[in-house]
Amino acid sequence: MKRELIHLENIAKSFGNLLVLDEIDLSIYESEFITLLGPSGCGKTTMLRIIGGFEMPDTGRVLFDGKDITRLPPNRRPINTVFQKYSLFSHMNVEENISFGPKIAGKSADYIRDKVKYALKLVNLEGYEKHDVTRLSGGQQQRIAIARAVVNEPKVLLLDEPLSALDLKLRRNMRRELVGINKETGITFIFVTHDQEEALSMSDRVVVMNQGYIQQVGTPENVYNEPENAFVADFIGDSNIIDGVMVRDKIVRIFGREYPCVDTGFPAECPVDVQIRPEDIKLAAPREGAFNGVVTRVVFWGMSYDINVEADGFEWLIQSTTGRTVGEEVSLHVAPENIQIMSKPQSEDEEVAADV
Amino acid sequence: MFNTMTRNVLLTPFLIWAVLFIFVPLICIVWYGVTDYDGNFSLDNMSLIFERGYLAALKLSVELALISTVVCLILAYPLCLILTENRRDNTTIISLLFILPLWMNSLLSTMAWQTILESNGIINQLMRLLDLPTFNMINTQGAIVVGMVYNFLPYMVLPLFISLSKIDKSILEAAQDLGANSWQTFFRVILPLTIPGAVSGITMVFIPALTTFVISALLGGGKLLLIGNIIEQEFTFQYDWHVGCALSVILMIFIVMNMLLTAAFDPLKEEGDG
Repeated sequence: MKRELIHLENIAKSFGNLLVLDEIDLSIYESEFITLLGPSGCGKTTMLRIIGGFEMPDTGRVLFDGKDITRLPPNRRPINTVFQKYSLFSHMNVEENISFGPKIAGKSADYIRDKVKYALKLVNLEGYEKHDVTRLSGGQQQRIAIARAVVNEPKVLLLDEPLSALDLKLRRNMRRELVGINKETGITFIFVTHDQEEALSMSDRVVVMNQGYIQQVGTPENVYNEPENAFVADFIGDSNIIDGVMVRDKIVRIFGREYPCVDTGFPAECPVDVQIRPEDIKLAAPREGAFNGVVTRVVFWGMSYDINVEADGFEWLIQSTTGRTVGEEVSLHVAPENIQIMSKPQSEDEEVAADV
Repeated sequence: MFNTMTRNVLLTPFLIWAVLFIFVPLICIVWYGVTDYDGNFSLDNMSLIFERGYLAALKLSVELALISTVVCLILAYPLCLILTENRRDNTTIISLLFILPLWMNSLLSTMAWQTILESNGIINQLMRLLDLPTFNMINTQGAIVVGMVYNFLPYMVLPLFISLSKIDKSILEAAQDLGANSWQTFFRVILPLTIPGAVSGITMVFIPALTTFVISALLGGGKLLLIGNIIEQEFTFQYDWHVGCALSVILMIFIVMNMLLTAAFDPLKEEGDG
């Protein structure tokens, strides 16, 4: 494993009566691209602001390279931020914006000129030194914001939903470029987003959050294929989540029938959440598959169809490259390895969380 | 929104007002200023500014107005910074406290300052009670400055406050994030971004401070003559409208020049939204 750079230790934070973060424990490693993913209000931005020094946690500590920096103000942390609204200085041109940090740090004019040039090259805006920042497009402003942060050679770069204001195509390009900058500079990226596609496509690791708690930490494949609870399964990608009962190892009961799966280690007769991805369900002729049902809705998305099938009183979502017609009788087939078994939430709080 | 016809109709009341009460009096003042008692064109009244200590009065007026403006600036910036920082708290009450003097008759409030600063005023009575030496405060330049600052501070606070509240909090966080401490953030980010507000504040304090005659009459005791007092005396004691108007015209030209100069120092001709 890589070297641990930041450690969040048992962090909790409330605003008034509202608990925004609780029991946060997280290690962030050197040079990794880690994403805090969750719906709005899940506490991800507050967590970023605590790392940046803009908020103080009520309890817990922030360790940087083993040193406690919980009470250190933002201007004294080796961390820089790319803000959601870019927050460029409108009274300065591009060059003055980017050189703001190095100038404060008292760097020489030669050093600053070279660094500004390098930073502009890094964000593909060479030659923009004298441009007025208020005249730039949203995408360009975002690049300047990134250059302005990266030029300080921080150990960690915090990015607060930096792509949310850009259009789809630009967003895709910027995703690639951000990953490129992360690899080239070796700066640790902590990226906040509510967009699961962004999180999955860019990150080395994803931290899924909801209602102030960390739900799961893992690689993108890990959180997508093996969600630990119904919230993660539902939030990342589309899912069919069904109440089930674990009969014994590798056998689960759904809708009164027993099916083979690959999960083990649950107690006998334990109620579980069963997750099946829509793309893992194969449609077959009636009575050939495990569940029989009727097609109730078909939506064409370009690359694939979303097909709803009602079977056993449950509305299944299936993704398929071949279309079906509404009213058609079909059966569903799922391979045992595509059935994901998750524990039921322990408390009512988490149950509420799962319903979001 | 309106067609040209409706627009002209709607504009007419103001145009009539402006012609009757702004344009015509202005013409009258200039006409009186550049004519003698027989109605012949003459610049004699204008050149009087170089005599009878008028120039000294103008100089003193400019000095006191400048000092008052600077004091207002120094008071207003921290106040507005605090007001904008705690926007969610009871800022309405605090800002009300600073706008309140505006609702009070300025003559009354200046007379109140008179009773506070007098040699037998509230401050000196207090000092005597505590067996401390008393001060001579009334009829000094300092007293006039106090009166000016008290009367005109709201005009500095309001534009500055509006200008400051337009700065997004994340801009300040960005500066801090890039290593700036509070002072650096103020001088490199807040100050340049609030110059338009400061400029209108300066204009709104400097001009009434330069032309006042009430404050200097009450707190200067008639011993310290500002240009406003001299103009007033020309009209009310000397009944010499020609000299009074000539001095008014000179003061007006001076003010316009000052405004142009301040505007030239404003680097943010148009405000960006970045």
